Amino acid sequence: MQPSVEQVWEWLDAVPDPEIPVISLVDLGIIREVAWRGDTLTVAVTPTYSGCPATSIINLDIETALRGHGIEKLELKRQLSPPWTTEWLSEKGREKLEKYGIAPPTVAGGPERCPQCGSVDLRKVSQFGSTPCKAAWRCNDCLEPFDYFKCI
Amino acid sequence: MDANLFQYLLRLGDNTLVLGHRVSEWCGHAPVLEEDIALANTALDLIGQTQLWLGLAAEVEGKGRDADQLAMQRDIWDFRNLLLVELPNGDFGRTLMRQFLFDAWQVINLGRLMNSSDPRVAEIAAKASKEAAYHVERSADTVVGLGDGTEESHARMQAALEYLWPYVGEMFLGDEVDAAMVAAGIAPDPASLRAEYDALIGRVIKTATLEIPDSSFAHKGGKTGVFHTEHLGHMLCSMQWLQRAYPGASW
Repeated sequence: MQPSVEQVWEWLDAVPDPEIPVISLVDLGIIREVAWRGDTLTVAVTPTYSGCPATSIINLDIETALRGHGIEKLELKRQLSPPWTTEWLSEKGREKLEKYGIAPPTVAGGPERCPQCGSVDLRKVSQFGSTPCKAAWRCNDCLEPFDYFKCI
Repeated sequence: MDANLFQYLLRLGDNTLVLGHRVSEWCGHAPVLEEDIALANTALDLIGQTQLWLGLAAEVEGKGRDADQLAMQRDIWDFRNLLLVELPNGDFGRTLMRQFLFDAWQVINLGRLMNSSDPRVAEIAAKASKEAAYHVERSADTVVGLGDGTEESHARMQAALEYLWPYVGEMFLGDEVDAAMVAAGIAPDPASLRAEYDALIGRVIKTATLEIPDSSFAHKGGKTGVFHTEHLGHMLCSMQWLQRAYPGASW
């Protein structure tokens, strides 16, 4: 019997992002579509950054997870349009990011508060960070450096 | 095969490939850790965009080649990048000046390509333009920071601008490939980007307390493939040697 599309979304929500394992691929907003075409399950995935080296690992992780749930015919599609935006991060994903020590993206273009101590006295260290999706910031109160998830 | 579209896509992909490789040469050598990471991330974005442009070029060509083969198994005379991006890095300031002069053009060109009549071109442009907007913000900030910095950094940035300026004009030169793209509604006339470009760089260069050289002389031949500088061959030697020695190698 074919598992429902809702069921597949639930399975995918259990697949962690390889770089930030505290959030799932669904939280990240990169799974754009799950659908059955006849007896083939198609999953559309959009890249976060075009050069993100995690993209191929993500596809492998999706395939491994779904095969593990007994999906035999699977087609992964790369969907470029509309381009990924941090607005697609789930509310649950944003909370998890902050608890993990990564400030979630804001429209204002900088972190709202320090994910360690909550201070709003912050300074940008670099527009780029440890992965393409992050920038490096520092808290002027607790002096801890932290990652900020860039808003794009 | 649409030969003009293939050529046009090679130009886009070779620009990001060659500049991406040049910028990656800084990895482990930048003046401070944050800049090292920023340069490596910029290079990564550019190589990612290359995969998309050259991937589409290979599809349009229809001869069974892929983006990797186009990048690693073509020789210098088949490259279609602007001369600007193949120039050696020089010092950190010159690298960032080159980056700014390219980013400013790239962000304007991609903005136009987002309205391309070819949806495959439009969607890659939409993806890449977000990254380009981030790049130009950083390179412009750095040009201002170093230009309006110390006497030493100011002098180096002015020298960088003077060295690179003769390579800016090529971005706005059109040929029969461009004419075909304009006719098909795929891409803008390169000359039509000049006013917006001059306004953008004029503003930043002025804030950086630098002066744009009073010369319109332009080296050309990169995007048409007629004439590259001696530097590209040396770069391809290090970039391509593994795939040339062991074609198709993967790990």
